[in-house]
Amino acid sequence: MRKTYNFHGGIHPPENKHQSVRTPIADAGIPPQLTVPLSQHIGAPAHPVVSIGDHVLKGQVIAEARGFVSVPKHAPSSGSVIAIEDRLIAHPSGHLAPCIVIATDGKDEWLQRQIPPDYQALNKTELIDLIRNAGIAGMGGAGFPSSVKLSVKEGTHIETLIINGTECEPYITADDILMRERADQIIEGTKILRHIIAPQETLIGVENNKPEGLAALRAAAEGTGIEIVEFPTKYPSGGEKQLIEILTGKQVPSGGLPSQVGVVCQNLGSAVAIYEAVVLGHPLISRITTVTGESVREPQNFQVLIGTPMRYLLEKAGYQAQKNNRLIMGGPMMGFTVPDSDVPIVKTTNCLLAPTESELPTPPPAQACIRCGLCAEACPVSLLPQQMFWFAQGKELEKLEEHNLFDCIECGACSYACPSNIPLVQYYRASKAEIVHLRHEHEKSEHSRIRFEARQERLDQAADEKEAKRAARKQAAEARAQQADGGAEDPIQAAIERAQAKKAAQQASGASTVSELERLEQAVVTTRKRLDTASTKLDQATAEGSDLVSALQLGVDKTRAKLEVAEQALQEFQQTPTAAPVENPPTNAAQAAIEKAMAARASEAALSPSEKAQAQLEKLQQRLQKSQNTLARSRENGEEEKVIEALEASVARLTEKISAAQDQRNEAENA
Amino acid sequence: MALLRVTSPHAHGPMSTQRVMQNVLLATVPGIIVLTHFFGFGTLVNVLFGSIVALLCESLALLLRKRPLGFYLKDCSALVTAFLLCIALPPYAPWWLITIGIASSILLAKQLYGGLGYNPFNPAMAGYVILLISFPVQMTAWAPPRGMGELPGLLEAIKACFLPASFDGITMATPLDIMRQNTGLLMEDLWQQNPQFGRWGGVGWEWANIAFLAGGAWLLYQRIFTWHAPLAMLASLSLLAALFYDGGSSASGGSPLFHLLSGATMFGAFFIVTDPVTSAVSLRGRLIYGALIGVLIYVIRVRGSYPDAVAFAVLIMNFAAPFIDYYTQPRTYGHNKKPEGK
Ligand code: SF4
Ligand code: SF4
Repeated sequence: MRKTYNFHGGIHPPENKHQSVRTPIADAGIPPQLTVPLSQHIGAPAHPVVSIGDHVLKGQVIAEARGFVSVPKHAPSSGSVIAIEDRLIAHPSGHLAPCIVIATDGKDEWLQRQIPPDYQALNKTELIDLIRNAGIAGMGGAGFPSSVKLSVKEGTHIETLIINGTECEPYITADDILMRERADQIIEGTKILRHIIAPQETLIGVENNKPEGLAALRAAAEGTGIEIVEFPTKYPSGGEKQLIEILTGKQVPSGGLPSQVGVVCQNLGSAVAIYEAVVLGHPLISRITTVTGESVREPQNFQVLIGTPMRYLLEKAGYQAQKNNRLIMGGPMMGFTVPDSDVPIVKTTNCLLAPTESELPTPPPAQACIRCGLCAEACPVSLLPQQMFWFAQGKELEKLEEHNLFDCIECGACSYACPSNIPLVQYYRASKAEIVHLRHEHEKSEHSRIRFEARQERLDQAADEKEAKRAARKQAAEARAQQADGGAEDPIQAAIERAQAKKAAQQASGASTVSELERLEQAVVTTRKRLDTASTKLDQATAEGSDLVSALQLGVDKTRAKLEVAEQALQEFQQTPTAAPVENPPTNAAQAAIEKAMAARASEAALSPSEKAQAQLEKLQQRLQKSQNTLARSRENGEEEKVIEALEASVARLTEKISAAQDQRNEAENA
Repeated sequence: MALLRVTSPHAHGPMSTQRVMQNVLLATVPGIIVLTHFFGFGTLVNVLFGSIVALLCESLALLLRKRPLGFYLKDCSALVTAFLLCIALPPYAPWWLITIGIASSILLAKQLYGGLGYNPFNPAMAGYVILLISFPVQMTAWAPPRGMGELPGLLEAIKACFLPASFDGITMATPLDIMRQNTGLLMEDLWQQNPQFGRWGGVGWEWANIAFLAGGAWLLYQRIFTWHAPLAMLASLSLLAALFYDGGSSASGGSPLFHLLSGATMFGAFFIVTDPVTSAVSLRGRLIYGALIGVLIYVIRVRGSYPDAVAFAVLIMNFAAPFIDYYTQPRTYGHNKKPEGK
């Protein structure tokens, strides 16, 4: 038997798991409507690729992933799209979010499925793509896309792959029932994960309160090299960090990822989903959900389509709405209440808990903290909940951060243990939100400060240039006077003039490039808009059989031609190099040329040449210093990459300028 | 039924502050019974009268502070303070002494600081020390134990409380007093010459201590507190007593067993040191907190001039508790530890 480790704290709430494992997994069937939220997990919402009225088949992609931390959405059953709009979804804050609503046709017709080739033949990237395209997101708590967790940075050595079958929350048995009924699929999915990660060892961690599940898993894992590890039941051993400590004795550094200690964790439900995606070619369109609590007559586990309204599922289990005091998605420790039983089941809905008032009573008012320390004894992260409570009440946000508020996993063990009924976790959540908000504010003000400084710099530069021009003009006048006097051509003066002319031209074109580009873009946009309206009108007219059709058609054609011209113009313009409306290095080059020329000339005229160059150099060095400071500050404050990059670029530019100025000074001194 | 919207966790453990307090009250009963058996009804009258005064004081403070009465009285913390102070007072204490003590505890030491949970000092011990400094005569007048004089009956005990002038109780030095004042006698002789000494400690005292130990053990079993502070206190006290036992010579400070079973040792260890509000919070902190109280008790008992040292030792350490907490903060998960393999 493998050695397991203990983690600090933890509690033993009543398990209440037996109620929902008495019967096998039941099929919840196809509800009349399915509501698929476009963002049902961490990360960017998916982008709909169907329109209202479209007929969709089961498994068809209805929304595409946007960004790395995002997965596509699939139609859970066949039917037609009847709405793409904001609906109430299951979310702690109870807000509206964009959803695709499908009226099912009951036929449950599959899209032509592609059975993927044997996974052994696929490489890591192909498999991860397959998993992402199947829409698989962590099926426990946060719903992090599995593909992201699997995309471990190249070169990271992964020692241990952990499949989390802990299910430490009371009441929930979705993983337990999977182990009992689909142990083979779990093991197959685990093998696929092992193939992707190539770890030294592969473990499935299960609390010892699931003997049947453990036995089934052990039998299925026979001879595969996958180790089933059993450990004592204690909440919250299923927390990713806690499980890693239990199985490996290692702690994931604060703010770090499990891969930093050579571990990758996956949920047991995800392993099954991965098996279905990779072996059967099914996207993730259904899941196992435990429906339990004293307000349902027959607590049990269901295979349920994503998007099924919760009420539909509850009724399958004999829901007695009048007895139900709150409806919880998830377990009693970390689940959240949903505002309405019409919200849809999502990929992370492992449990619907419908308790009665006597089962989970309304919390009584909090009493004073008696500093009993029971909360600290229960905290799995070794925080000091009572201290944090004190600081949270006093809004001492800095102290809260010093006490590692952000390491709190919101497991609720402290609140559970507190004899004074203080809703500790609620305080921490609110404080975290406030700190995050303040950070945003701070960032915003930092940004505007940087913008302000950049503007200041631009103004300074403009003033410098003006000054230089003025000097040049003066010298030019003098030169002309000289010319008038002496008559001979002054080559330097000519060079200055040439450079000035060039600079003026460039400045003019630089200014016009911006506006020209804008004008062209604007033209394209408006023309396109006009084309759109015209087309709609045309469609309307066609539909109505109006006699305006031909006239409208003409208009549309004309507009389209215009649009093409405009687009062409824009494209051409963009391809010409002058169009880049960035900082103006050519101007600077011209400026440098002028300065050089002037310096040379000045030296000729014996006008304290090196001093002037020196002054210029110093000015530049000051600016460099300033920029470097800003950069360092931004780095410290963990600014966005974009900002830092921009700052780095400006530092680099200044460094270049300085070396140029140094050359200049040296030249001046040598002269 | 409208669905309730509350944040997690939705489940709550069985422990409540009220239950903690009630259990503490219950656990004092064996001790009160033994004290009554050996010293008569004095302690019982103290406790009953003190409880009424405590509830009145608490209500008054709550009214002045405009807090709901029922909600706060329900936590039973005022009763706990009353029980603890009245057990510590000498039996047959006059009503005014009890009233002043309770008022100091509840009004000064507790409510003035903001009520339960905000008081830096143990209210019962603060009240006790205020009385001891203000009324040293009354506070050191301990009745002789059963067998060494007539035990007053219940009626007399009540008379002693409310008509103190008409009560003529006898008093006797406690074993701790005798031990402290001893300069010339070997331990053995001291035991023989003073009838107050019993088998291990003082007559009556030893059994009272054992009764409080039993009550404390029950509380431990109920997980009302952890073993850390009380055991650390008992351990350090025994250790010092053993170190300076000096083979029972006339310079001896008394045997470890004598110290464990004398005065308020067990009462202090399980009912005062364990007061969550005023002690250190972390487990390591509680070890330090308890151990230092044990040291102070020994030093004050042997070197000081007060009848017992528990109250002073506890108040001093109440003062130090926040500092102990500060220096015994636990290491948060994932902090200050380099990741393995790097
Ligand atoms: S458990 Fe509650 S009462 Fe006890 S110290 Fe923590 S917050 Fe205070
Ligand atoms: S909710 Fe946070 S503070 Fe409370 S026990 Fe869990 S991790 Fe600790």
